[in-house]
Amino acid sequence: MTATAVQDEQEIIRLEQVSRRFKDGAGGRVALDTVDLSVGRGEIFGVVGRSGAGKSTLVRTINLLERPDAGRVIIAGQEIASLAPAQLRAVRRRIGMIFQHFNLLHNRTVHANVALPLQLEGHARAHIQARVAELLDQLGLSAHAAKYPAQLSGGQKQRVGIARALACSPQILLCDEATSALDPETTEDILTLLDRLNRELGLTIVLITHEMDVVRRICDRVAVMDHGFVVEAGAVSEVFLHPRSSETRALLREALPPSDAVVGAVRARAVFLGEDAFHPVLSRVARETGVDFAILSGRVGRLRHAAYGELEIAFFGAQAYAGIQALRQAGVAVEEMAA
Amino acid sequence: MMGNIDPRIIAQATGDTLVMLGASLGLSVVLGLLLGLVLFTTSPGQLLAHRAINAVASFGVNVLRSLPFIILLIVMLPLTVVLAGTSLGVAGAIPPLVVGAAPFYARLVETALREVDRGVIEATQAMGGSTWQIVIRVLLPEALPGLVAGATVTAIALVGYTAMAGVVGAGGLGDLAIRFGYQRFQTDVMAVTVVMLLIIVQIFQWLGDRWVLQLSHR
Repeated sequence: MTATAVQDEQEIIRLEQVSRRFKDGAGGRVALDTVDLSVGRGEIFGVVGRSGAGKSTLVRTINLLERPDAGRVIIAGQEIASLAPAQLRAVRRRIGMIFQHFNLLHNRTVHANVALPLQLEGHARAHIQARVAELLDQLGLSAHAAKYPAQLSGGQKQRVGIARALACSPQILLCDEATSALDPETTEDILTLLDRLNRELGLTIVLITHEMDVVRRICDRVAVMDHGFVVEAGAVSEVFLHPRSSETRALLREALPPSDAVVGAVRARAVFLGEDAFHPVLSRVARETGVDFAILSGRVGRLRHAAYGELEIAFFGAQAYAGIQALRQAGVAVEEMAA
Repeated sequence: MMGNIDPRIIAQATGDTLVMLGASLGLSVVLGLLLGLVLFTTSPGQLLAHRAINAVASFGVNVLRSLPFIILLIVMLPLTVVLAGTSLGVAGAIPPLVVGAAPFYARLVETALREVDRGVIEATQAMGGSTWQIVIRVLLPEALPGLVAGATVTAIALVGYTAMAGVVGAGGLGDLAIRFGYQRFQTDVMAVTVVMLLIIVQIFQWLGDRWVLQLSHR
Protein backbone atom coordinates (compact mmCIF):
# COMPACT_ATOMS: atom_id res chain seq x y z
CA MET A 1 0.00 0.00 0.00
CA THR A 2 1.44 3.34 -0.95
CA ALA A 3 -0.02 5.71 1.58
CA THR A 4 0.00 9.41 0.92
CA ALA A 5 0.61 11.98 3.63
CA VAL A 6 -3.02 13.03 3.37
CA GLN A 7 -4.92 10.74 5.68
CA ASP A 8 -8.42 10.08 6.73
CA GLU A 9 -9.75 13.00 8.78
CA GLN A 10 -10.60 10.62 11.58
CA GLU A 11 -7.08 9.31 11.88
CA ILE A 12 -4.61 11.21 14.05
CA ILE A 13 -1.73 8.77 14.49
CA ARG A 14 -0.52 6.36 11.87
CA LEU A 15 2.52 4.12 12.03
CA GLU A 16 3.50 2.35 8.82
CA GLN A 17 5.89 -0.58 8.82
CA VAL A 18 7.83 0.85 11.75
CA SER A 19 10.87 -1.16 12.84
CA ARG A 20 13.40 -0.50 15.55
CA ARG A 21 16.37 -2.58 16.58
CA PHE A 22 18.58 -1.96 19.60
CA LYS A 23 22.27 -2.57 19.29
CA ASP A 24 22.97 -4.72 22.29
CA GLY A 25 24.52 -8.11 21.77
CA ALA A 26 25.17 -9.88 18.48
CA GLY A 27 22.79 -8.73 15.75
CA GLY A 28 20.89 -6.51 18.15
CA ARG A 29 17.49 -6.95 19.71
CA VAL A 30 14.33 -6.25 17.78
CA ALA A 31 12.07 -3.89 19.72
CA LEU A 32 9.60 -3.18 16.93
CA ASP A 33 9.06 -5.33 13.87
CA THR A 34 7.16 -3.81 10.91
CA VAL A 35 4.46 -2.37 13.13
CA ASP A 36 1.36 -0.84 11.54
CA LEU A 37 -0.93 1.12 13.78
CA SER A 38 -3.76 3.56 13.29
CA VAL A 39 -5.30 5.61 16.08
CA GLY A 40 -8.50 7.56 15.49
CA ARG A 41 -9.11 11.11 16.63
CA GLY A 42 -10.66 11.19 20.09
CA GLU A 43 -10.29 7.53 20.96
CA ILE A 44 -8.54 5.89 23.88
CA PHE A 45 -6.20 3.39 22.35
CA GLY A 46 -4.50 0.77 24.52
CA VAL A 47 -1.26 -1.02 23.78
CA VAL A 48 -0.85 -4.03 26.00
CA GLY A 49 1.95 -6.54 26.36
CA ARG A 50 4.53 -7.92 28.74
CA SER A 51 7.68 -6.03 29.63
CA GLY A 52 10.07 -6.28 26.72
CA ALA A 53 7.27 -6.68 24.19
CA GLY A 54 8.20 -3.34 22.64
CA LYS A 55 5.27 -1.23 23.79
CA SER A 56 7.44 1.40 25.47
CA THR A 57 9.48 1.75 22.29
CA LEU A 58 6.25 1.95 20.33
CA VAL A 59 4.84 4.84 22.32
CA ARG A 60 8.20 6.65 22.13
CA THR A 61 8.21 6.48 18.34
CA ILE A 62 4.94 8.44 18.27
CA ASN A 63 6.80 11.58 19.43
CA LEU A 64 10.15 10.35 18.08
CA LEU A 65 11.86 10.04 21.45
CA GLU A 66 12.86 6.80 19.70
CA ARG A 67 13.69 7.15 16.05
CA PRO A 68 12.57 4.14 14.02
CA ASP A 69 15.17 2.46 11.78
CA ALA A 70 12.52 2.04 9.11
CA GLY A 71 8.93 3.02 8.46
CA ARG A 72 6.85 6.16 8.67
CA VAL A 73 5.33 8.01 11.61
CA ILE A 74 2.43 10.24 10.61
CA ILE A 75 0.79 12.62 13.08
CA ALA A 76 -2.32 14.48 11.91
CA GLY A 77 -1.41 13.82 8.30
CA GLN A 78 2.19 14.96 8.67
CA GLU A 79 5.16 12.63 8.34
CA ILE A 80 7.35 13.68 11.28
CA ALA A 81 10.57 11.68 10.94
CA SER A 82 11.79 14.00 8.18
CA LEU A 83 11.03 17.24 10.03
CA ALA A 84 13.74 19.73 10.99
CA PRO A 85 14.48 19.80 14.75
CA ALA A 86 12.51 23.01 15.36
CA GLN A 87 9.47 21.66 13.50
CA LEU A 88 9.66 18.39 15.41
CA ARG A 89 9.70 20.32 18.70
CA ALA A 90 6.56 22.15 17.57
CA VAL A 91 4.85 18.81 16.89
CA ARG A 92 5.97 17.47 20.28
CA ARG A 93 4.35 20.43 22.03
CA ARG A 94 1.01 19.20 20.68
CA ILE A 95 1.63 15.72 22.11
CA GLY A 96 1.52 15.44 25.89
CA MET A 97 3.19 12.55 27.67
CA ILE A 98 2.94 11.08 31.15
CA PHE A 99 5.18 8.45 32.69
CA GLN A 100 5.22 5.54 35.12
CA HIS A 101 7.59 7.38 37.45
CA PHE A 102 6.01 10.78 36.77
CA ASN A 103 9.35 12.40 35.82
CA LEU A 104 8.61 15.63 37.65
CA LEU A 105 11.40 18.09 38.43
CA HIS A 106 12.36 17.61 42.08
CA ASN A 107 13.51 21.19 42.52
CA ARG A 108 10.42 22.84 41.09
CA THR A 109 7.14 23.32 42.89
CA VAL A 110 3.94 21.83 41.52
CA HIS A 111 3.13 25.21 40.00
CA ALA A 112 6.57 25.54 38.40
CA ASN A 113 6.45 21.97 37.07
CA VAL A 114 3.19 22.66 35.27
CA ALA A 115 4.61 25.97 34.01
CA LEU A 116 7.66 24.33 32.43
CA PRO A 117 6.19 23.40 29.02
CA LEU A 118 4.67 26.88 28.73
CA GLN A 119 8.05 28.44 29.50
CA LEU A 120 9.66 26.23 26.88
CA GLU A 121 7.09 27.44 24.38
CA GLY A 122 8.01 31.02 25.29
CA HIS A 123 4.74 32.37 26.70
CA ALA A 124 4.50 35.61 28.66
CA ARG A 125 4.63 35.32 32.43
CA ALA A 126 1.05 36.52 32.93
CA HIS A 127 -0.31 33.98 30.46
CA ILE A 128 1.67 31.19 32.16
CA GLN A 129 0.36 32.15 35.62
CA ALA A 130 -3.22 32.15 34.40
CA ARG A 131 -2.95 28.90 32.47
CA VAL A 132 -1.23 27.05 35.33
CA ALA A 133 -3.83 28.26 37.82
CA GLU A 134 -6.57 27.03 35.47
CA LEU A 135 -4.94 23.61 35.04
CA LEU A 136 -4.32 23.14 38.76
CA ASP A 137 -7.92 24.01 39.43
CA GLN A 138 -9.16 21.63 36.73
CA LEU A 139 -7.17 18.77 38.23
CA GLY A 140 -7.88 19.53 41.87
CA LEU A 141 -4.30 20.50 42.66
CA SER A 142 -4.72 24.15 43.63
CA ALA A 143 -4.04 23.44 47.31
CA HIS A 144 -0.70 21.85 46.41
CA ALA A 145 0.62 24.56 44.09
CA ALA A 146 3.51 25.58 46.35
CA LYS A 147 4.53 22.04 47.32
CA TYR A 148 7.45 20.11 45.91
CA PRO A 149 6.91 16.69 44.28
CA ALA A 150 8.56 14.92 47.23
CA GLN A 151 5.69 16.14 49.42
CA LEU A 152 2.99 14.54 47.24
CA SER A 153 1.45 11.07 47.04
CA GLY A 154 1.84 8.97 43.88
CA GLY A 155 -1.64 9.82 42.66
CA GLN A 156 -1.06 13.53 43.20
CA LYS A 157 2.27 13.33 41.37
CA GLN A 158 0.58 11.72 38.38
CA ARG A 159 -2.07 14.44 38.43
CA VAL A 160 0.73 17.01 38.28
CA GLY A 161 2.20 15.00 35.39
CA ILE A 162 -1.17 15.15 33.62
CA ALA A 163 -1.55 18.89 34.28
CA ARG A 164 1.92 19.43 32.85
CA ALA A 165 1.15 17.27 29.82
CA LEU A 166 -2.04 19.25 29.14
CA ALA A 167 -0.44 22.68 29.58
CA CYS A 168 0.08 23.33 25.87
CA SER A 169 -3.41 22.03 24.98
CA PRO A 170 -2.24 18.92 23.14
CA GLN A 171 -4.42 16.86 20.82
CA ILE A 172 -2.75 13.64 21.89
CA LEU A 173 -1.79 12.30 25.30
CA LEU A 174 0.71 9.44 25.51
CA CYS A 175 0.63 7.43 28.73
CA ASP A 176 3.62 5.19 29.38
CA GLU A 177 2.55 2.76 32.11
CA ALA A 178 1.01 5.78 33.81
CA THR A 179 -0.76 3.76 36.51
CA SER A 180 1.74 0.95 37.01
CA ALA A 181 3.38 2.56 40.04
CA LEU A 182 0.05 3.32 41.72
CA ASP A 183 -2.14 1.33 44.09
CA PRO A 184 -5.49 -0.02 42.75
CA GLU A 185 -7.59 2.78 44.21
CA THR A 186 -5.34 5.53 42.84
CA THR A 187 -5.17 3.71 39.51
CA GLU A 188 -8.97 3.82 39.34
CA ASP A 189 -8.87 7.51 40.19
CA ILE A 190 -6.36 8.32 37.43
CA LEU A 191 -8.22 6.20 34.86
CA THR A 192 -11.46 8.00 35.68
CA LEU A 193 -9.62 11.27 35.18
CA LEU A 194 -8.23 10.16 31.79
CA ASP A 195 -11.69 9.04 30.75
CA ARG A 196 -13.08 12.44 31.71
CA LEU A 197 -10.35 14.34 29.83
CA ASN A 198 -11.04 12.21 26.77
CA ARG A 199 -14.74 13.05 26.86
CA GLU A 200 -14.44 16.72 27.82
CA LEU A 201 -11.47 17.75 25.68
CA GLY A 202 -11.79 15.25 22.85
CA LEU A 203 -8.24 14.26 23.75
CA THR A 204 -6.83 11.26 21.89
CA ILE A 205 -5.12 8.98 24.41
CA VAL A 206 -2.59 6.26 23.67
CA LEU A 207 -2.08 4.19 26.75
CA ILE A 208 0.66 1.64 27.28
CA THR A 209 0.11 -0.95 29.97
CA HIS A 210 0.84 -4.51 30.97
CA GLU A 211 -2.50 -4.78 32.74
CA MET A 212 -5.52 -6.07 30.81
CA ASP A 213 -7.72 -4.52 33.49
CA VAL A 214 -6.61 -1.03 32.51
CA VAL A 215 -7.45 -1.76 28.88
CA ARG A 216 -10.81 -3.22 29.84
CA ARG A 217 -11.65 -0.26 32.02
CA ILE A 218 -11.13 2.67 29.64
CA CYS A 219 -9.89 1.74 26.18
CA ASP A 220 -11.97 1.83 23.00
CA ARG A 221 -9.50 -0.16 20.97
CA VAL A 222 -6.42 -2.17 21.83
CA ALA A 223 -3.30 -3.54 20.20
CA VAL A 224 -1.61 -6.55 21.77
CA MET A 225 2.16 -6.71 21.43
CA ASP A 226 4.53 -9.63 21.70
CA HIS A 227 8.24 -9.68 20.83
CA GLY A 228 8.07 -6.46 18.81
CA PHE A 229 5.03 -7.51 16.79
CA VAL A 230 1.46 -6.30 17.03
CA VAL A 231 -0.18 -9.72 17.23
CA GLU A 232 -3.75 -8.51 17.47
CA ALA A 233 -5.62 -5.22 17.29
CA GLY A 234 -9.26 -4.27 17.39
CA ALA A 235 -12.15 -3.04 19.49
CA VAL A 236 -11.71 -3.95 23.16
CA SER A 237 -15.01 -5.85 23.34
CA GLU A 238 -14.02 -7.89 20.29
CA VAL A 239 -10.56 -8.71 21.59
CA PHE A 240 -11.89 -9.65 25.02
CA LEU A 241 -14.69 -11.77 23.59
CA HIS A 242 -12.84 -13.44 20.77
CA PRO A 243 -9.10 -13.30 21.38
CA ARG A 244 -7.32 -14.63 18.30
CA SER A 245 -3.70 -14.79 19.41
CA SER A 246 -2.28 -17.04 22.07
CA GLU A 247 -0.57 -14.04 23.68
CA THR A 248 -3.91 -12.27 24.11
CA ARG A 249 -5.44 -15.39 25.63
CA ALA A 250 -2.53 -15.70 28.02
CA LEU A 251 -2.81 -12.06 29.08
CA LEU A 252 -6.56 -12.42 29.61
CA ARG A 253 -6.11 -15.55 31.67
CA GLU A 254 -3.51 -13.86 33.85
CA ALA A 255 -5.92 -11.02 34.48
CA LEU A 256 -8.23 -13.49 36.25
CA PRO A 257 -7.45 -14.48 39.81
CA PRO A 258 -5.49 -17.75 39.82
CA SER A 259 -7.43 -20.95 40.34
CA ASP A 260 -6.30 -24.52 41.01
CA ALA A 261 -6.64 -27.21 38.39
CA VAL A 262 -9.79 -29.30 38.71
CA VAL A 263 -9.51 -33.00 38.00
CA GLY A 264 -12.01 -34.51 35.58
CA ALA A 265 -13.51 -31.25 34.45
CA VAL A 266 -13.50 -29.15 31.30
CA ARG A 267 -12.30 -25.69 32.14
CA ALA A 268 -13.50 -22.74 30.12
CA ARG A 269 -13.41 -18.96 30.17
CA ALA A 270 -16.76 -17.36 29.52
CA VAL A 271 -17.27 -13.70 28.73
CA PHE A 272 -20.62 -12.00 29.10
CA LEU A 273 -21.03 -8.65 27.42
CA GLY A 274 -23.73 -5.99 27.59
CA GLU A 275 -27.13 -7.09 28.85
CA ASP A 276 -25.99 -10.73 28.96
CA ALA A 277 -23.92 -9.88 31.97
CA PHE A 278 -27.08 -9.45 33.99
CA HIS A 279 -29.14 -12.39 32.66
CA PRO A 280 -29.24 -15.72 34.48
CA VAL A 281 -27.74 -17.53 31.48
CA LEU A 282 -25.64 -20.01 33.42
CA SER A 283 -28.40 -21.32 35.63
CA ARG A 284 -30.74 -21.67 32.64
CA VAL A 285 -28.12 -23.63 30.67
CA ALA A 286 -27.48 -25.86 33.66
CA ARG A 287 -31.18 -26.56 34.03
CA GLU A 288 -31.70 -27.30 30.33
CA THR A 289 -28.64 -29.46 29.70
CA GLY A 290 -28.25 -30.94 33.15
CA VAL A 291 -24.57 -30.02 33.24
CA ASP A 292 -22.84 -29.58 36.57
CA PHE A 293 -20.53 -26.66 36.90
CA ALA A 294 -18.41 -24.82 39.39
CA ILE A 295 -17.25 -21.26 39.12
CA LEU A 296 -13.51 -21.21 39.75
CA SER A 297 -12.97 -17.50 39.54
CA GLY A 298 -14.53 -14.50 37.97
CA ARG A 299 -15.30 -10.85 37.94
CA VAL A 300 -18.02 -8.52 36.94
CA GLY A 301 -17.19 -5.04 35.82
CA ARG A 302 -17.44 -2.67 32.97
CA LEU A 303 -15.78 -2.22 29.65
CA ARG A 304 -15.60 1.41 28.70
CA HIS A 305 -19.03 1.33 27.07
CA ALA A 306 -20.66 -1.89 28.23
CA ALA A 307 -21.28 -4.15 31.17
CA TYR A 308 -18.89 -7.03 31.30
CA GLY A 309 -18.58 -10.29 33.17
CA GLU A 310 -15.85 -12.86 32.95
CA LEU A 311 -15.92 -16.30 34.58
CA GLU A 312 -13.64 -19.24 34.72
CA ILE A 313 -15.91 -22.27 34.92
CA ALA A 314 -15.32 -25.99 35.39
CA PHE A 315 -17.92 -28.18 33.67
CA PHE A 316 -18.31 -31.72 34.98
CA GLY A 317 -19.57 -34.96 33.55
CA ALA A 318 -20.84 -36.17 30.19
CA GLN A 319 -22.86 -33.02 29.60
CA ALA A 320 -19.81 -30.73 29.84
CA TYR A 321 -19.57 -30.01 26.12
CA ALA A 322 -23.32 -29.74 25.75
CA GLY A 323 -23.24 -27.05 28.40
CA ILE A 324 -20.53 -25.11 26.59
CA GLN A 325 -22.45 -25.45 23.35
CA ALA A 326 -25.64 -24.13 24.96
CA LEU A 327 -23.78 -21.16 26.44
CA ARG A 328 -22.39 -20.29 23.01
CA GLN A 329 -25.87 -20.50 21.53
CA ALA A 330 -27.02 -18.07 24.19
CA GLY A 331 -24.47 -15.61 22.81
CA VAL A 332 -21.81 -16.01 25.45
CA ALA A 333 -18.21 -16.19 24.25
CA VAL A 334 -16.76 -19.40 25.67
CA GLU A 335 -13.22 -20.48 25.23
CA GLU A 336 -11.97 -23.83 26.40
CA MET A 337 -8.82 -23.66 28.48
CA ALA A 338 -6.00 -26.17 28.74
CA ALA A 339 -6.53 -28.21 31.90
CA MET B 1 54.70 32.81 73.87
CA MET B 2 52.79 34.89 71.30
CA GLY B 3 55.60 37.42 70.94
CA ASN B 4 55.90 37.13 67.18
CA ILE B 5 52.24 37.74 66.42
CA ASP B 6 51.52 40.96 64.60
CA PRO B 7 47.75 41.29 64.19
CA ARG B 8 48.12 43.55 61.16
CA ILE B 9 50.25 41.00 59.31
CA ILE B 10 47.84 38.21 60.19
CA ALA B 11 44.89 40.30 59.01
CA GLN B 12 46.70 41.21 55.79
CA ALA B 13 47.56 37.57 55.11
CA THR B 14 44.01 36.42 55.88
CA GLY B 15 42.65 39.08 53.54
CA ASP B 16 45.04 38.00 50.77
CA THR B 17 44.01 34.38 51.22
CA LEU B 18 40.31 35.28 51.02
CA VAL B 19 40.85 37.38 47.87
CA MET B 20 42.77 34.54 46.22
CA LEU B 21 40.06 32.11 47.28
CA GLY B 22 37.19 34.26 46.11
CA ALA B 23 38.66 35.11 42.73
CA SER B 24 39.94 31.63 41.95
CA LEU B 25 36.76 29.96 43.21
CA GLY B 26 34.60 32.22 41.05
CA LEU B 27 36.64 31.57 37.93
CA SER B 28 36.99 27.85 38.67
CA VAL B 29 33.23 27.45 39.12
CA VAL B 30 32.48 29.18 35.80
CA LEU B 31 35.13 27.28 33.84
CA GLY B 32 34.47 24.01 35.65
CA LEU B 33 30.76 24.32 34.97
CA LEU B 34 31.34 24.75 31.25
CA LEU B 35 33.89 21.96 31.12
CA GLY B 36 31.66 19.70 33.21
CA LEU B 37 28.73 20.35 30.89
CA VAL B 38 30.89 19.41 27.92
CA LEU B 39 32.05 16.23 29.69
CA PHE B 40 28.49 15.23 30.55
CA THR B 41 26.53 16.20 27.44
CA THR B 42 29.05 14.70 25.00
CA SER B 43 29.30 11.38 26.85
CA PRO B 44 27.70 8.34 25.16
CA GLY B 45 23.92 8.31 25.15
CA GLN B 46 23.57 11.93 26.30
CA LEU B 47 22.08 14.98 24.60
CA LEU B 48 25.10 15.88 22.46
CA ALA B 49 26.91 12.54 22.47
CA HIS B 50 30.19 13.02 20.62
CA ARG B 51 32.97 10.51 21.07
CA ALA B 52 35.90 12.69 19.90
CA ILE B 53 35.01 15.85 21.84
CA ASN B 54 34.34 13.80 24.94
CA ALA B 55 37.66 11.98 24.66
CA VAL B 56 39.63 15.23 24.21
CA ALA B 57 37.88 16.99 27.10
CA SER B 58 38.29 14.01 29.37
CA PHE B 59 41.96 13.62 28.49
CA GLY B 60 42.65 17.33 29.07
CA VAL B 61 41.01 17.18 32.48
CA ASN B 62 42.96 14.07 33.41
CA VAL B 63 46.27 15.65 32.39
CA LEU B 64 45.67 18.72 34.55
CA ARG B 65 44.38 16.66 37.44
CA SER B 66 47.36 14.32 37.38
CA LEU B 67 49.81 17.15 38.02
CA PRO B 68 50.46 17.74 41.71
CA PHE B 69 49.54 21.35 42.41
CA ILE B 70 53.04 22.28 43.57
CA ILE B 71 54.40 21.14 40.17
CA LEU B 72 51.60 22.92 38.30
CA LEU B 73 52.56 26.16 40.05
CA ILE B 74 56.08 25.94 38.65
CA VAL B 75 55.21 24.56 35.21
CA MET B 76 52.70 27.35 34.74
CA LEU B 77 55.03 30.23 35.61
CA PRO B 78 55.49 31.53 32.02
CA LEU B 79 51.77 31.27 31.30
CA THR B 80 50.97 32.97 34.60
CA VAL B 81 53.12 35.93 33.65
CA VAL B 82 51.23 36.22 30.36
CA LEU B 83 47.80 35.94 32.00
CA ALA B 84 48.31 37.98 35.17
CA GLY B 85 51.27 40.18 34.25
CA THR B 86 53.22 38.79 37.18
CA SER B 87 53.95 35.49 38.80
CA LEU B 88 54.08 37.03 42.25
CA GLY B 89 51.55 38.09 44.82
CA VAL B 90 47.82 37.51 44.87
CA ALA B 91 47.39 38.16 41.13
CA GLY B 92 50.15 35.73 40.24
CA ALA B 93 48.53 33.00 42.30
CA ILE B 94 45.13 33.12 40.62
CA PRO B 95 45.94 31.53 37.20
CA PRO B 96 47.51 28.37 38.66
CA LEU B 97 44.76 28.12 41.29
CA VAL B 98 42.11 28.21 38.57
CA VAL B 99 43.95 25.77 36.32
CA GLY B 100 44.33 23.46 39.29
CA ALA B 101 40.75 23.72 40.57
CA ALA B 102 38.62 24.07 37.42
CA PRO B 103 39.26 20.51 36.11
CA PHE B 104 38.63 19.19 39.63
CA TYR B 105 35.31 21.01 39.78
CA ALA B 106 34.48 19.91 36.21
CA ARG B 107 34.54 16.26 37.34
CA LEU B 108 32.31 17.08 40.29
CA VAL B 109 29.93 18.88 37.90
CA GLU B 110 29.89 15.87 35.61
CA THR B 111 29.00 13.61 38.54
CA ALA B 112 26.26 15.98 39.74
CA LEU B 113 24.73 16.12 36.25
CA ARG B 114 24.75 12.32 36.02
CA GLU B 115 22.59 12.26 39.14
CA VAL B 116 19.80 14.07 37.31
CA ASP B 117 16.96 11.66 36.56
CA ARG B 118 17.10 10.65 32.88
CA GLY B 119 13.33 10.47 32.85
CA VAL B 120 13.11 14.18 33.61
CA ILE B 121 15.32 14.96 30.62
CA GLU B 122 13.20 12.66 28.46
CA ALA B 123 10.01 14.33 29.68
CA THR B 124 11.41 17.72 28.73
CA GLN B 125 12.34 16.45 25.28
CA ALA B 126 8.79 15.14 24.94
CA MET B 127 7.53 18.65 25.78
CA GLY B 128 9.47 20.00 22.81
CA GLY B 129 12.38 21.47 24.76
CA SER B 130 15.56 22.23 22.82
CA THR B 131 18.93 21.02 24.05
CA TRP B 132 19.79 24.49 25.27
CA GLN B 133 16.46 24.79 27.13
CA ILE B 134 17.00 21.39 28.71
CA VAL B 135 20.44 22.46 29.98
CA ILE B 136 19.28 25.83 31.33
CA ARG B 137 15.81 24.98 32.61
CA VAL B 138 16.21 21.39 33.74
CA LEU B 139 19.73 19.98 33.91
CA LEU B 140 21.43 22.77 35.86
CA PRO B 141 18.53 23.57 38.23
CA GLU B 142 17.94 19.89 39.01
CA ALA B 143 21.66 19.37 39.66
CA LEU B 144 22.00 22.58 41.68
CA PRO B 145 22.38 21.00 45.14
CA GLY B 146 25.12 18.74 43.77
CA LEU B 147 26.77 21.67 41.99
CA VAL B 148 26.84 23.70 45.21
CA ALA B 149 28.15 20.76 47.22
CA GLY B 150 30.89 20.32 44.60
CA ALA B 151 31.75 24.03 44.78
CA THR B 152 32.11 23.68 48.56
CA VAL B 153 34.54 20.79 48.16
CA THR B 154 36.42 22.80 45.53
CA ALA B 155 36.59 25.86 47.82
CA ILE B 156 38.15 23.78 50.55
CA ALA B 157 40.64 22.22 48.16
CA LEU B 158 41.48 25.77 47.09
CA VAL B 159 42.24 26.75 50.70
CA GLY B 160 44.94 24.10 50.61
CA TYR B 161 46.14 25.24 47.18
CA THR B 162 46.45 28.90 48.30
CA ALA B 163 48.66 27.79 51.16
CA MET B 164 50.89 25.95 48.68
CA ALA B 165 50.91 28.99 46.41
CA GLY B 166 52.69 30.70 49.29
CA VAL B 167 55.79 28.74 48.29
CA VAL B 168 56.13 30.74 45.08
CA GLY B 169 55.54 34.06 46.78
CA ALA B 170 51.79 34.35 46.47
CA GLY B 171 51.24 35.92 49.86
CA GLY B 172 48.45 34.96 52.19
CA LEU B 173 48.35 32.67 55.18
CA GLY B 174 50.40 29.93 53.53
CA ASP B 175 53.14 32.40 52.74
CA LEU B 176 53.11 33.56 56.36
CA ALA B 177 53.32 30.01 57.67
CA ILE B 178 56.27 29.19 55.44
CA ARG B 179 58.30 32.37 55.85
CA PHE B 180 57.75 32.95 59.56
CA GLY B 181 56.44 29.72 61.00
CA TYR B 182 58.76 27.36 59.13
CA GLN B 183 61.83 29.28 58.04
CA ARG B 184 62.14 31.42 61.20
CA PHE B 185 60.89 28.81 63.65
CA GLN B 186 58.09 31.10 64.88
CA THR B 187 55.81 28.38 66.12
CA ASP B 188 53.24 30.85 67.37
CA VAL B 189 52.79 32.31 63.87
CA MET B 190 52.46 28.79 62.50
CA ALA B 191 49.77 27.99 65.06
CA VAL B 192 47.78 31.13 64.32
CA THR B 193 47.84 30.56 60.53
CA VAL B 194 46.71 26.97 61.00
CA VAL B 195 43.84 28.14 63.19
CA MET B 196 42.87 30.81 60.63
CA LEU B 197 42.88 28.25 57.81
CA LEU B 198 40.80 25.89 59.93
CA ILE B 199 38.26 28.63 60.60
CA ILE B 200 38.02 29.46 56.89
CA VAL B 201 37.47 25.80 55.99
CA GLN B 202 34.83 25.40 58.70
CA ILE B 203 32.95 28.49 57.54
CA PHE B 204 32.96 27.38 53.90
CA GLN B 205 31.75 23.89 54.78
CA TRP B 206 29.04 25.20 57.06
CA LEU B 207 27.78 27.71 54.51
CA GLY B 208 27.94 25.12 51.71
CA ASP B 209 26.02 22.51 53.70
CA ARG B 210 23.35 24.99 54.70
CA TRP B 211 22.91 26.15 51.13
CA VAL B 212 22.66 22.60 49.78
CA LEU B 213 20.04 21.78 52.39
CA GLN B 214 18.05 24.81 51.37
CA LEU B 215 18.24 23.95 47.66
CA SER B 216 17.44 20.29 47.89
CA HIS B 217 13.79 19.27 47.61
CA ARG B 218 14.18 15.56 46.91
